[in-house]
Amino acid sequence: MNTIIIDYDAGNVKSLQFALERLGVNAILTNNSELIAASDRVIFPGQGEAISAMKKLKKHGLDQLIPTLKQPVLGICLGMQLLCDKTEEGETNGLGIVPTKVIRFPNTVKVPQMGWNVVTHSNTGLFQGIEQGCYMYLVHSYFVPIEPETSAKSNYAGEYSVGLKKNNFYGVQFHPEKSSKAGSQLLENFLKI
Amino acid sequence: MLTKRIIPCLDIKDGRTVKGVNFINLRDAGDPVELAKRYTMEGADELVFLDISATEQNRKTLSDLVLRVAGALNIPFTVGGGVSSVSDAKKLLRNGADKIAVNSAAVRTPDLINKLSKSFGNQCVVVAVDAKNINGRWMVHLVGGKVPTHIELKDWVIEVEQRGAGEILFTSMDHDGTKNGFANQTLAELSFLVNIPIIASGGAGTTDHFVDAFKIGKADAALAASVFHYGEIKIPDLKKKLKQENIEIRITNENS
Repeated sequence: MNTIIIDYDAGNVKSLQFALERLGVNAILTNNSELIAASDRVIFPGQGEAISAMKKLKKHGLDQLIPTLKQPVLGICLGMQLLCDKTEEGETNGLGIVPTKVIRFPNTVKVPQMGWNVVTHSNTGLFQGIEQGCYMYLVHSYFVPIEPETSAKSNYAGEYSVGLKKNNFYGVQFHPEKSSKAGSQLLENFLKI
Repeated sequence: MLTKRIIPCLDIKDGRTVKGVNFINLRDAGDPVELAKRYTMEGADELVFLDISATEQNRKTLSDLVLRVAGALNIPFTVGGGVSSVSDAKKLLRNGADKIAVNSAAVRTPDLINKLSKSFGNQCVVVAVDAKNINGRWMVHLVGGKVPTHIELKDWVIEVEQRGAGEILFTSMDHDGTKNGFANQTLAELSFLVNIPIIASGGAGTTDHFVDAFKIGKADAALAASVFHYGEIKIPDLKKKLKQENIEIRITNENS
């Protein structure tokens, strides 16, 4: 089984690679469409800002490729947000896999949200065997509202999605590679899907 | 609810921890990775590594250390000390650091904050601010608090937020090392002035001081070094205390 991390210069992928290594998986970092299409698992990381991230994806034709993938795909942080139709961040179009719009937190709370928040979840798929009300590490200024595709939620200025599932596409807003044991369990679950 | 964060700070010189530590059962207390793992097990929410020997030669040692830390830790960590360019930051982030702290270089060249934020996103950019109350006015200081500037703290925090800082690490030079508590009044004022998270630093001596930093100082996180390194405060005890005081805090099986 081979696992690919999509390489489009999206911030801290080293920690993700290390987290997978601790689970015995040597993930390959690449932006090569053929390698990505032929892999068994795809992780779509993301950090930073939506406009430049979409530009980089387009540069490698990945905006066309990702929606056509049939194997399990896991979007992390901005990677999850880009699975959606649109984001308020620079009024950018995403990959259009989950029909919703990503919006900014209101100024009634500190933005970015930074730290550990409580997560409740579906207890299936990615979240199987993970404690309800576990803590996950989040850093973000924009969020996905609650939708039919929501598989996990948290609360910051109201409830919002921190987990999405649509067909073979999964997304988590938090950083599993930085979320201690619960995060590691989630990555392990993804590798078993 | 988003929880308040407890952040041990490790001072690093030539790739080793500086302050003496009295942890038992550590093979090598001078090894930052060993110490970091220990804090992670005890329930630290995040770690800060501050390189106090920031020379050209040591930069390589630091980025090697960051790689080792990233390999061993599954919680976020910030690296600071002598970061003065986008390429400095890039090396550290590439090696697995989650955030970069900038201090003196940001005061000398404020545009550095904009550049870092544009290159990596504001979530990566922590601006560390050392300040001291001089005749009733809080003034920003440089070089670990040694060199005064003419910049007022409140003006500076507003400016760094506008330039793209994702977080502020505020150290009160008046409180640092006193173990008499954090600069709560000033912390609360900063929280009112800006809408990004603020880490309180300087003055931790007892668990009550952390309670006050969160309740009175409205801090989002609290950082300390020696009380943790010398075992005066144990993180699991601290977190229990905070929980009793109805402060939102992450308590897991790992540190109960």
